[in-house]
Amino acid sequence: MQKLNLLKESPSQTAGPYVHIGCVPNFSGIHGVYPEDLGAVMRREGAKGQPITIKGAVWDGTGTPLKDALVEVWQPDADGIFTSGDPRGAGDPNFSGWGRFAGDYDTGEWAFETVKPGPVPFPDGRMQAPNITFWVVARGINIGLQTRMYFPDEDNSADPVLGRMEHKNRVPTLIAQKESEGVYRFDIRLQGHKETVFFDV
Amino acid sequence: MSDGNYFTRDRSWHPPAYTPSYKTSVVRSPNKALISFPPTLSEQTGPVFGHNILGELDNDLIHNFAQPGESAIGQRIIVHGRVLDENGRGVPGALVEFWQANAGGRYRHKKEGYLAPLDPNFGGCGRTITDAEGGYRFRTVKPGPYPWPNRQNDWRPAHIHFSIFGSGFGQRLITQMYFEGDPLIWQCPIVDTIPSREAIETLIAPLDMANTIPMDARAYKFDIVLRGRRSTMFENRPEGN
Repeated sequence: MQKLNLLKESPSQTAGPYVHIGCVPNFSGIHGVYPEDLGAVMRREGAKGQPITIKGAVWDGTGTPLKDALVEVWQPDADGIFTSGDPRGAGDPNFSGWGRFAGDYDTGEWAFETVKPGPVPFPDGRMQAPNITFWVVARGINIGLQTRMYFPDEDNSADPVLGRMEHKNRVPTLIAQKESEGVYRFDIRLQGHKETVFFDV
Repeated sequence: MSDGNYFTRDRSWHPPAYTPSYKTSVVRSPNKALISFPPTLSEQTGPVFGHNILGELDNDLIHNFAQPGESAIGQRIIVHGRVLDENGRGVPGALVEFWQANAGGRYRHKKEGYLAPLDPNFGGCGRTITDAEGGYRFRTVKPGPYPWPNRQNDWRPAHIHFSIFGSGFGQRLITQMYFEGDPLIWQCPIVDTIPSREAIETLIAPLDMANTIPMDARAYKFDIVLRGRRSTMFENRPEGN
């Protein structure tokens, strides 16, 4: 029989407690190597859509915030177009779509400025509710955890991803809290009560 | 018709979330199963980084934090290899970031208190973007092993952390590179989170005398494999079709 000759993906390893050195060196106090940390600014002046702020923290199974977590986000622009690689067109040139944020060393809290994403079709053509993909790494996390944040002020009832979840009582873990106009809070609970839904995509 | 989608990730090859000999994983591992759905544009697309983000010394950790005329102390090495996908195709334009301790095993981080000293000329971070064939290389000093509070006497093998962006966010990966012949590899609870010896071996970089620069720096070769994609719908990607 012939062989498929496929390689195996490199196995993941934890990002460790000092992920900041490599991913956000200026945040970690290493200055002078890079002018700025990648992913720190998602929207520039002139970006289309509604400017929003998203805050949150990552919590462990004892209810303690992780003080060494790093989150990355990837989202479309206000029109629902991704800013690179999207076969449907070019995205907003004043919006990056990608961000990277470390939790505060004392509180674990992070916050970032972005724009509210537009809706994107699911592979079968149905529209998904607006959402932001999150990817979480930290000490003690052996492979990055992927989740999604949805908005409490949108109609999420027909979303194909939320719709396929068997345990509907877990859907609220993916929906941010609205703190005030344009300000949302999204807490990610790794384990236990109200454990956030994580995806294998 | 091709759809550019990923090969399903083999989660029996990767470390599981819950690995109690690596103690921190116990309260940081989800109890519930991951939920699967077919990759969407959120996974098929991803950020692209241009060479304009790179400074001249970003791939030279011996000099990128050093005072003028100075250099980091330690074993001078070159780490090089290719970023490939599971089809064996090079991934061009991939951002590769790396970070590490200094030659004595000390990280430049305010939460780190190991008694080995900082090297005033070593920061410990670097980055590069793969070339048209997926190749990358950087200069650094070989990191030292490092003790950590897990069991009473655990030491990390010498290692360099890697963060890699492929052509889509579904390929996002962070891993660690180890060095050929290090006996600590086989005693490390973090290495041991990986279920098979065969998979662990893929993270061990061999000494590469062919690429060693005489009287300057030894070389280690480290290839990184990202998830494969079926023939892609992205016409502007060299790995497609």
